[in-house]
Amino acid sequence: MGLIEKQQNIIDFTLSSLLRRKGKNAALVVVYAVVVFTVSGVVFFTRSIQEEASIVLKHAPEMMVQRLIAGRHDLIPLSYIETIKQIRGVQDVKARLWGYYFDPTNGANYTLIADEAFAHGDGNIVIGRGVERNLPSSVGGTMPFKAYDGSYVFLKMKEVLPSESELVSADLIMLSVNDFRRLFGVPGNQATDLVLSVKNSRELSTIAAKILTLLPDTRPITREEILRTYDAVFSWRGGMMIVILSGAVMAFVILAWDKATGLSAEEKREIGILKAVGWETSDILLMKFWEGAAISLSSFLLGVGAAYLHVYLASSALFEPALKGWSVLYPHFRLTPFVNAYQVATLFFLTVVPYTVATIVPSWRAATVDPDAVMRS
Amino acid sequence: MIELINIRKVYNAGKPNEFVAIEGVSLGIESRKATVLKGPSGSGKTTLLSMIGCMARPTAGRIMLHDREITSLPERFLTEIRRAGFGFIFQQFNLIKGVSALENVMLPAYPAGERHGPLRKRALHLLDLLGLSHKASSKTEWLSGGEAQRVAISRALINNPSVVIADEPTAHLDTHLSHEFMDIMARLKAEGKTIIMASHDPIVYEAGAVDRVVDMRDGQVVGTGGNP
Repeated sequence: MGLIEKQQNIIDFTLSSLLRRKGKNAALVVVYAVVVFTVSGVVFFTRSIQEEASIVLKHAPEMMVQRLIAGRHDLIPLSYIETIKQIRGVQDVKARLWGYYFDPTNGANYTLIADEAFAHGDGNIVIGRGVERNLPSSVGGTMPFKAYDGSYVFLKMKEVLPSESELVSADLIMLSVNDFRRLFGVPGNQATDLVLSVKNSRELSTIAAKILTLLPDTRPITREEILRTYDAVFSWRGGMMIVILSGAVMAFVILAWDKATGLSAEEKREIGILKAVGWETSDILLMKFWEGAAISLSSFLLGVGAAYLHVYLASSALFEPALKGWSVLYPHFRLTPFVNAYQVATLFFLTVVPYTVATIVPSWRAATVDPDAVMRS
Repeated sequence: MIELINIRKVYNAGKPNEFVAIEGVSLGIESRKATVLKGPSGSGKTTLLSMIGCMARPTAGRIMLHDREITSLPERFLTEIRRAGFGFIFQQFNLIKGVSALENVMLPAYPAGERHGPLRKRALHLLDLLGLSHKASSKTEWLSGGEAQRVAISRALINNPSVVIADEPTAHLDTHLSHEFMDIMARLKAEGKTIIMASHDPIVYEAGAVDRVVDMRDGQVVGTGGNP
């Protein structure tokens, strides 16, 4: 009398038992899969965004220095560069010019960055894909800008940035330093902020403290602080994530609770019959285990599979408006899949295990009744 | 041989709704014979049957099955004895709805771990013996009362038990089907099975195949006798 045959027989009966309530069980799998889809979608999406961000920021400067006036970011005098360069351990200090430009025709916000090493020279710009999609013309055409003094500046589009970098460059316009100053009226002795590189990254906090002493009206920001901000925004505790996750978890709790409390009279009767005809309590629990496992595993695979397709192939079409920031120009990009065993195992233990346990507990209560209950009913 | 020694069964002991179902019953049931527990409802027939069939334990007293004391055995062993040694036919048939007649017949054998092929064959053979092979794949809720009971009989026989226990087996059958049922029981007895039934239907306790009638009332045996 084989153990395997026994399992086979019980699984056999479990499946035909599940097929009896096709509609109900299919609906259960769909609802359950939607919950898993939401949870795993959020997990996949945020994890990949975090990964992308850390890849992008790997090339970011180790430290930025901004000037603050009344607690707000203000233009920084270029003279600060020399002061900072005096600090021991500072390798290089560069000024950056960047800002935002609101295009009233398209209702879009662009990020403008000026670079000393801008290859195309004055009068020209390089644009991101998102900007290009918003414009009637492309490379070769001109783009009008309304300058700070109300005059118009026309800049020629020379190049479109490659789409691989669209996550960071969708709304980007690159231009020369002279054009930037002309457009925004930034004086020649000021910049948006400073970036610096250091010899030893372990000295970053010491250098930051020294900058604050020498230049009390500045705020040094390290790359790690930016990464931490991304983590805070996109980790499971961050804003949208917690709202979506808690919604999904609540739905799951309701689902599991319904299962845990709602063993129907018919199901109880069946358990009684099985006990009366010679099934042990453990056989019934085994059957209920397979039943829970069949439902939760298929829902899990369905939900996780759909979430994977949605996040990595359909560019998170459903989450996009809520999760990809506030910009009018949503970047069109495909996240690179960052799925690891730890994530999948966490999702598995958060969804399959509690559900399976939730189905077994009430059955265990029903299965421990005396088998003669059936005769007396 | 099944021997009941001074059996007492109390439900809800110690609670306000305490109820003594069986009081001081001692009885010997011979193997390969048909015994009927007869009495009005509430006389303790079903309770006694469920204790004989290892479904419930007596509150006091002992039950001996082939000289082996079974009252103190743990649940697992009792289940094994029940599965291998007893076949049950319930008053309400107690078939599982939504699955086929064949699967219902096979159910008691599943936990034993028998291979599916031979088990299926045996179940089909039993249904065939009772003239129901054409209904094997029918769902149980589509069966008539007589057909449902024959499925229940097949299920009781799937593990080839030595004892068949039937609780009010004719309660939901008409006269013709009741006689048919008793014919099947006679056949099983002739094959060497012990038949124990609880009934207050004369078709059952007056049937020719019945060897002994035990009269019960108020949880006690008030008389026993053989059929003329």
